[in-house]
Amino acid sequence: MSQPLNSKSMTIGESGLAVFFAAAAFLCLIGAAKAVDVAFGFHAALGAAASLASVFVILNRYFDRPSLLPPQEINGRPNYNMGPIKFATVMSVFWGIAGFTVGLLIASQLAWPALNFDLPWTSFGRLRPLHTSAVIFAFGGNVLIATSFYVVQKTSRVRLAGDLAPWFVVLGYNFFILIAGTGYLLGVTQSKEYAEPEWYADLWLTIVWVTYLLVFLMTLVKRKEPHIFVANWFYLAFIVTIAVLHLGNNPAVPVSVFGSKSYIVWGGVQDAMFQWWYGHNAVGFFLTAGFLAIMYYFIPKRAERPIYSYRLSIIHFWALIFLYIWAGPHHLHYTALPDWAQTLGMTFSIMLWMPSWGGMINGLMTLSGAWDKLRTDPVLRMLVVSVAFYGMSTFEGPMMSIKVVNSLSHYTDWTIGHVHSGALGWVGFVSFGALYCMVPWLWDRKGLYSLKLVNWHFWIATIGIVLYISAMWVSGILQGLMWRAYTSLGFLEYSFIESVEAMHPFYMIRAAGGALFLIGSLIMAYNLWMTVRVGEAEVQSPVALQPAE
Amino acid sequence: MAEQNDFDHVSGKTTTGHEWDGIKELNTPLPRWWVLTFYACIIWAVGYWVVYPSWPLLSSYLPGVMHYSSRADVAVELANLEKSRGEKMVALGAASLADIEKDPALLALARARGKTVFGDNCAPCHGSGAAGAKGYPNLNDDDWLWGGTLDQIMQTIQFGVRSGHAKTHDSAMLAFGKDGTLKPEQIVTVANYVRSLSGLPTRQGYDAGAGAKIFAENCTVCHGDAGKGNQELGAPNLTDKIWLYGSDEATVVETITNGRTGVMPAWVGRLDPSTIKVMAVYVHSLGGGK
Amino acid sequence: MSFWTRHQIFEKNSIVLIVGILAVIAIGGLVEITPLFYLKSTIEVVDGVRPYTPLELTGRNIYVREGCYLCHSQMIRPLRDEVERYGHFSLAAESMYDHPFQWGSKRTGPDLARVGAKYSDDWHVTHLTNPRAIVPQSVMPGYSFLAQTEVDPATIADHLRTSRIVGVPYTDDQIANAVADLTAQADPDNAGADAFTKRYPKAVVRNFDGKAGAPTEMDALIAYLQVLGTLVDFKLYNEKANLR
Ligand code: HEC
Ligand code: HEC
Ligand code: HEC
Ligand code: HEM
Ligand code: HEM
Ligand SMILES: [Ca+2]
Ligand SMILES: [Ca+2]
Ligand SMILES: [Cu+2]
Repeated sequence: MSQPLNSKSMTIGESGLAVFFAAAAFLCLIGAAKAVDVAFGFHAALGAAASLASVFVILNRYFDRPSLLPPQEINGRPNYNMGPIKFATVMSVFWGIAGFTVGLLIASQLAWPALNFDLPWTSFGRLRPLHTSAVIFAFGGNVLIATSFYVVQKTSRVRLAGDLAPWFVVLGYNFFILIAGTGYLLGVTQSKEYAEPEWYADLWLTIVWVTYLLVFLMTLVKRKEPHIFVANWFYLAFIVTIAVLHLGNNPAVPVSVFGSKSYIVWGGVQDAMFQWWYGHNAVGFFLTAGFLAIMYYFIPKRAERPIYSYRLSIIHFWALIFLYIWAGPHHLHYTALPDWAQTLGMTFSIMLWMPSWGGMINGLMTLSGAWDKLRTDPVLRMLVVSVAFYGMSTFEGPMMSIKVVNSLSHYTDWTIGHVHSGALGWVGFVSFGALYCMVPWLWDRKGLYSLKLVNWHFWIATIGIVLYISAMWVSGILQGLMWRAYTSLGFLEYSFIESVEAMHPFYMIRAAGGALFLIGSLIMAYNLWMTVRVGEAEVQSPVALQPAE
Repeated sequence: MAEQNDFDHVSGKTTTGHEWDGIKELNTPLPRWWVLTFYACIIWAVGYWVVYPSWPLLSSYLPGVMHYSSRADVAVELANLEKSRGEKMVALGAASLADIEKDPALLALARARGKTVFGDNCAPCHGSGAAGAKGYPNLNDDDWLWGGTLDQIMQTIQFGVRSGHAKTHDSAMLAFGKDGTLKPEQIVTVANYVRSLSGLPTRQGYDAGAGAKIFAENCTVCHGDAGKGNQELGAPNLTDKIWLYGSDEATVVETITNGRTGVMPAWVGRLDPSTIKVMAVYVHSLGGGK
Repeated sequence: MSFWTRHQIFEKNSIVLIVGILAVIAIGGLVEITPLFYLKSTIEVVDGVRPYTPLELTGRNIYVREGCYLCHSQMIRPLRDEVERYGHFSLAAESMYDHPFQWGSKRTGPDLARVGAKYSDDWHVTHLTNPRAIVPQSVMPGYSFLAQTEVDPATIADHLRTSRIVGVPYTDDQIANAVADLTAQADPDNAGADAFTKRYPKAVVRNFDGKAGAPTEMDALIAYLQVLGTLVDFKLYNEKANLR
């Protein structure tokens, strides 16, 4: 460090954050000492350790850094902040594999129940939320944070706002996931699907998420482009709406401030409505708006074609976010939710069909003039197939929202099939496509280590998806039909347990499909790892294209 | 906005003229089919609101011109179902248990009805083939704890056994060991005696006379002088090689030591009267009805 | 100015954009959720629904903790096959004291809304310990560990108190006696059993897990399962008044 020390001082952010974490460490230590249950004590200890580590890292970074913070621009070009993005990218691959593995495990448990091992932390009921959170929030969330930070910088031509704030977001978010995931295994849950984490994790997420919103928004505010790029409309809608949903669905009163258990303030039918207002829009804004943003940047970028229609972007954006909010009651058809609310849920879901397809049209038609690239570029193929799956699940969704259809599909594997055509086909593939694009860009590589491996990933995963969703369609419809089947004499034909038995072959097929999907993602991890590890010059040499030999 | 770079030569369309990180946007108009389908969905939705309950108001909600209610609907559906089952079902409701068994058509109807009701309500305990499990009697054989006539079976199903219902069958296999009535050696002895009643081998050195004595003093009140059981008390016949809990010495010792109080739930209130009747006929017709 | 150029106000100003988004997403939720708090027809008028006893509440928390709701619904829909299979369709009133609700969204196993009193305690013990011992085709996990874990009564009064804050009408008497009630319900010989039944009319007092000693998690979970769907007296329920 050549500069004299006195010219260097801590920024408000640095000192503020250091104090914040010091205080957090103190509170966590008290929490750990006075914990009324083991899980809370464990989480408080983790919190204390992470807070202390943060204080140390902040101070360490301060002493090591030059007196000036990184410049906004170097030689007139934006000095992009890629560190936090790299971290989130690595985490997304890690969590993806973890989440798919747990998915495979719970799929296998339904086919072979002995795999529950009759232990608390390995039983289906605790692992299932681990799976859903790991894939949606850990895998999907890291992809969203990574790409949003990447896209907003590139399309605004400025460095990400904040110095420590972006790191706070990615690290804080992954810490939230650690707390949530270990909590599920220890039996800490609010049982609200997709919002299972308990009150203290929810509080922490609120802090992280508001910071995320601020970093994103402030980057937009200082942008160098006159117009805000369409992907950023979607990212912004995703971030701000998730904040609203999270606050609405999670207010709870802890039994003890030193314990994990809380009681949610909403009860019964109102709680159900809040939950599915949240749950449906977690789909609408996390799994849809956020990933549409990814589509709007990565497809035109990769295809090197302009976005198909600016006007369609406008109409489908506003229509989508307005209509989505209303559709929650389609998760509560024929329940004790009043009929009037069910009607609204159903009709708004139908109206949602075209706005959803607007996104699909914009994604697919962006390829006009570049369709031939699909033959040579498996990454683009992955992106495009993801949009096709998006189109498929947003047709299936409105159809399942129709009450007569839902009376059959609800409670059955049909829902699971629908979920995974959206989750594996759309969310999975669009994320993989984005990761394949972004990793070489982030690590300054000319290209991927191997396109051939991408091709393998594509086909193996596609077969996996097809096995998964077709098995679930058959089993779901079979289940629904068996439950309502009447004999010619007018009596119920099957007992419930006969439907359980009938599911067995489909559960095995689904597990096989999941295994293929997992293998595909392992191939991706290897490929990305080699891309980063193997130097830039080799990457596009013909040798590297044939790694199998 | 019109600059010279706002034309895309590949598609022959104009762009908006903006560019972000190399990405441009075409100014393509909205696809017509898309707009029309969107309108159609909206119109359909509005129509649906007119017909069905929809918008919430300040003290109620728009009921819709059909005054539809899913709850009213299911009542109608159930009534229609009942009707579609036809005359025979009415006859079955009115007929006595014995008459149902005598009329082949009614019997077939009862068996058809009984199958799924059994699967959803009884099979979890009595097994899907009604063959029972440890502590849950086999309903196929002609060995009955509480009697195997139609009326007796009906009674058992309606009110259960030790079910807590006011009219339940009630009794208990006493806990001779826990109560201290019998000493462990005595229990082993009488257990061997009980096993001998159905021809099972006895332990070496077992004193048959002592076993018979203990049995006579303690057990015959319920199980009868010859151990043939008593259906008034639900006391099983101990001579017939059919065991509710198991015949090995350890299990019999356990039974005598800690007693047994198997519970069969009462089904009145949960199943409607005609279904219970059907179930009695169904169980009776499984093979062992008396 | 054409329609399309007007949109530039959102594209050029991030604050206007975020305000626009917030306005647009607020409407749907407000219209659908707020009326559920003020429309009288939302929750039916019924007799019999009472807050859970301390033991039942403990069992309910175990039900939540183990994720039973991921395989079991507690919501019988007004569809003829469901009403035939599971009993009267579920009412909103039946879950009005449920924080959180447990309606579920998937039926890998059967609906449990009316499983109370359907099976014996013994059956539940066997079934929860090893479902395939008694239902060979079952895919349900075994929960043998529940019988080995005793319920810790120390915090139960806090649970009742917290529930009261969120709107469950526990009385002072019920809160003050929570610990005693917790043990009494699982032990018919307990001196406090009578006082307990006075505080929770019609609640059953039984040794649910069949084992001597302090209440276990098995006791609590079975006590909860046995109360499900048993509270409303449908003989007194007015179908016509509660269509909606
Ligand atoms: C919770 C478990 C359980 C369920 C469910 C159950 N039972 Fe039983 N049932 C029993 C037990 C235990 C006994 C024996 C009681 C005893 O030990 O005396 C029994 C006894 C009987 C008996 C008398 C057998 C005899 O030998 O006298 C009949 C008949 C019967 N059950 C029919 C049914 C029918 C029909 C259903 C369904 C509608 C049904 N049970 C559901 C547990 C059950
Ligand atoms: C108060 C009446 C009563 C007395 C006294 C009594 N039993 Fe029992 N016994 C029963 C009843 C009732 C059952 C069935 C319990 C059930 O269904 O759960 C039974 C069941 C049994 C069984 C289980 C049969 C099987 O199929 O598994 C055995 C063995 C038995 N008793 C032996 C004895 C012996 C030995 C004695 C005397 C030492 C005795 N009992 C005294 C009422 C009695
Ligand atoms: C992996 C899915 C799964 C999980 C998790 C699960 N169950 Fe089950 N459950 C089933 C299936 C399948 C059945 C039907 C077969 C049977 O009776 O075992 C069932 C049946 C039942 C029944 C009998 C219902 C009836 O009417 O026959 C009860 C009660 C029950 N489960 C309670 C629970 C409780 C309590 C938990 C949590 C501690 C739980 N289950 C967790 C799948 C599950
Ligand atoms: C290897 C791949 C995967 C496998 C084998 C798998 C398997 C499963 C299984 C077995 C369930 C439980 C179904 C049930 O309860 O019957 C499930 C639920 C779920 N999974 Fe996956 N999954 C995989 C990947 C994913 C991905 C990538 C996502 C999201 C991005 C996802 C999202 C979900 C969701 C949201 C649910 C809950 C559905 C509901 O409650 O209706 N899964 N998955
Ligand atoms: C127009 C768009 C869509 C509509 C109208 C729609 C509608 C539906 C309906 C009706 C259900 C079943 C509810 C039930 O019966 O319980 C459902 C479940 C679900 N959908 Fe969609 N869907 C849409 C798009 C998507 C997309 C793109 C995804 C992305 C992954 C998705 C993810 C899910 C999930 C995770 C569930 C399961 C919720 C649960 O029960 O846990 N949906 N959707
Ligand atoms: Ca939560
Ligand atoms: Ca679900
Ligand atoms: Cu939805």
